[in-house]
Amino acid sequence: MAGSAPLDPSPLAASEDDRRLVEALRAGDEGAFTQLLERYHTTLVRLAMIYVTDRAVAEEVAQETWLGVLQGIDRFEGRASLKTWIFHILLNCARTRRHREARSIPFSAFWNPAAEPGEPAVEPERFLPADHPTWPHHWNAFPECWSGLEDRLVARETYAYIRQVIETLPLHQREVITLRDIDGWTASEVCAALGISEANQRVLLHRARSRVRRALEQYLREQ
Amino acid sequence: MDDEQELTCQELVELVTEYLEGALSPEDRGRFEVHLATCPGCQTYLEQMRQTIELLGRITEEMIPERAKADLLHAFRTWKRG
Ligand SMILES: [Zn+2]
Repeated sequence: MAGSAPLDPSPLAASEDDRRLVEALRAGDEGAFTQLLERYHTTLVRLAMIYVTDRAVAEEVAQETWLGVLQGIDRFEGRASLKTWIFHILLNCARTRRHREARSIPFSAFWNPAAEPGEPAVEPERFLPADHPTWPHHWNAFPECWSGLEDRLVARETYAYIRQVIETLPLHQREVITLRDIDGWTASEVCAALGISEANQRVLLHRARSRVRRALEQYLREQ
Repeated sequence: MDDEQELTCQELVELVTEYLEGALSPEDRGRFEVHLATCPGCQTYLEQMRQTIELLGRITEEMIPERAKADLLHAFRTWKRG
């Protein structure tokens, strides 16, 4: 899943499973609603955390989203997947909430990578200088292998640390890495949900992943 | 492929996401893989990126809190009656 190349070219319309769930929901089937809650609630809270910083507020935004889903279910036409449709409701709820908090959410659709200074994936001083006689721009010293550190990598503290690092990322990087790598959405799904191009999606993902790797490297070296 | 076209390590690290996403042109993919085959530093780097992505994918293992679920099911029943 994550890490492979999920450039799914198929249309992003609702699946059979989506349609079945929506029909059941319209018919008032509590089991269908429970299934949706179990599948998406924690994701919604995590996504809400991109926009509002307080966990309790994020939980409220997720709950508002579900109410919006119920109120709007009759209008679901299946042109987008159910997941994307729910995400749009979440985005609206989060925007309203942020607006009330007198902050505005920049619009993904207008994001332009050229306007934001890009940071290199790896610190330039890790490479030999341009005038090096044999190996210009090659590793100064190789990165250290993380094998043997598996126990540290999967430790609870490491996950908590990664979460903190993600919180420090710029908003759009945080959106993309959360949807793609944490929640396992495909590239096409992320582009559709955020209204960005495939190329911009990749730039954001690249910057975000590189930052997390760098932070992890530092973290593993420190202890 | 001439020498001038050979990738440096500093260039390779900026192409890792496009490589993993399958977004490189066949020529660039070839240059990437040629460099990788002979550079232990970049092999380790790519492996670290894969490990990072894998860790990110494991952050999700959480369940909906029972309280939130109960509240939402209550809201569902109210909605159904309305
Ligand atoms: Zn290299």
